[in-house]
Amino acid sequence: MAKARNTLLISLIIPVLFVILWWYCAQRVDNSIILPQVSEVSSLLIRPMDNLISMGSLLSNILVSLIRVLTGYIIAVLLAIPMGILMGYYSTMFTLFNNFLGLFRPIPPLAWVPLVLAWFGVASFATLSGIEQGQLYTWLSSLKLSMVFIIFIGAFFPILTSTIYGVRSVNKTLVDSALVLGADSRKIFSKILLPAAAPSIVNGMRTGLGVAWMCLVSAEMLPGSISGVGYLITHAYTIAHTEIVIAGMISIGVVGAVLDLMFRIFENRKFKWQRLAR
Amino acid sequence: MREDIIVINQVGKTFITEKGANIPALQEFSLKIKENDFICLVGPSGCGKSTLLRMMAGLEPVVLGQILYRGYEVLKPDKRIGMVFQEYSLLPWRTVLDNVGLGLELAGTPIRHCRETAIKYLELVGLEKFSGAYPYELSGGMRQRVAIARALANDPDILLMDEPFGALDAHTRILLQKELLKIWEANRKTIVFVTHSVDEAIYLADHIIVMTAGPGRIKERIDVNMPRPRDRANPVYGKLSSRILDMLEEEVVSSQEAVTPKTYHFPGRVTARS
Repeated sequence: MAKARNTLLISLIIPVLFVILWWYCAQRVDNSIILPQVSEVSSLLIRPMDNLISMGSLLSNILVSLIRVLTGYIIAVLLAIPMGILMGYYSTMFTLFNNFLGLFRPIPPLAWVPLVLAWFGVASFATLSGIEQGQLYTWLSSLKLSMVFIIFIGAFFPILTSTIYGVRSVNKTLVDSALVLGADSRKIFSKILLPAAAPSIVNGMRTGLGVAWMCLVSAEMLPGSISGVGYLITHAYTIAHTEIVIAGMISIGVVGAVLDLMFRIFENRKFKWQRLAR
Repeated sequence: MREDIIVINQVGKTFITEKGANIPALQEFSLKIKENDFICLVGPSGCGKSTLLRMMAGLEPVVLGQILYRGYEVLKPDKRIGMVFQEYSLLPWRTVLDNVGLGLELAGTPIRHCRETAIKYLELVGLEKFSGAYPYELSGGMRQRVAIARALANDPDILLMDEPFGALDAHTRILLQKELLKIWEANRKTIVFVTHSVDEAIYLADHIIVMTAGPGRIKERIDVNMPRPRDRANPVYGKLSSRILDMLEEEVVSSQEAVTPKTYHFPGRVTARS
């Protein structure tokens, strides 16, 4: 118990020092456009439901962003995992795709923006589904194809890479022993490769979600966006509300950290065997 | 007359190294294995004995010659041909019980029935108390017991064992040899057992196949006619042991002297059988 308390205390030292430093600098600078006071930002953060610069509340903007990130992310997961498993297990598949994908991997998601705009313009999921009014329309129309694509690109490669790696490093003896016990290739995938590679896959999913969340701001800077934390930040910047910029940054950081933490807790529970197995 | 369960006919295998050189691992290897036999394959490392076992299991394609199981060519793994590996063959995310039940589960048996059968086989190897444990919680010897139970739970016709006790300490090894014999005497499954250890081979086998250094061929087939359980203090045991060790030493030396493995000639000096 005392140890847990110590750990908590130690982990708080740096954040507290940081806030003190911020507070001190803000006092010295005394210009809320360059560096707003701690109190200005924290008053925004403790009332996340308040309407900000006629853009809706901080919370609702976070929600919009989360939905965008999750949409792009889920598409990335659904494509990257099966593909990674196939590429990891069949060397022909690996040879077939690897060089090609290797060319795309180093391209930063942001570099896709001009192309993506040319392709999708301001089309959204509302355009795709043909819904033209109502509450559902409002939600779907904020889900622009261009943003989802940028987020998808960001999340896809980390997940693909760690899935391939996970499957490739599955101990061959495990596959062999399932084969001699009578497993067909479908069972090899579901009973051996998937569970054995799961820790690596989930680790990739965690990294992928982090990257997706990071791509958010650039995605929300695209034209056609009228909501989301990324857009909130950009918009607050143009009208010199630096405290909203910082509050938005902190929200992005906190939400990203919470998502990451959720993954870590899941990994610790589910994959105890991996840490303990020799 | 007992039936031939496995017939190995003129099997050869060549490995190609990364530099493109051909390394012959097995050459014109022929062997008949009768039902209920306990056969040990011993030979210097690199003589292809593990490769041969993997081919019998259907894990390695047979390119030259053929291997027949009850008259049918072995083309892919078959659950009637069970196999126990040297180590790391248990699924680390499954409990001991679910590891043992894996074979039945793969065959589509309902989970409850898998577990009932698995428990029975865990009792056979004395590990029923550990059914809820994970493999990483077990010692090396216990893991191999689980691996044996898993192979047996599938009720194979023949059991291939690839140095199953190779990674264990000497004491555990002797203990497991005894247990394996006890199990074998109860069900008399055909066992083909690959080992480095001459002592292990003499302790376990009905017939010992001594192999030549690469390319592996049969150097000598030795029938061990001592009653079980075998006494390591028995002079016959010791004589047999030193005879096989001599043969192996000869193999290692000649394979080092030989310019190419093909120039090696069969010495033909081994005579009396114990």
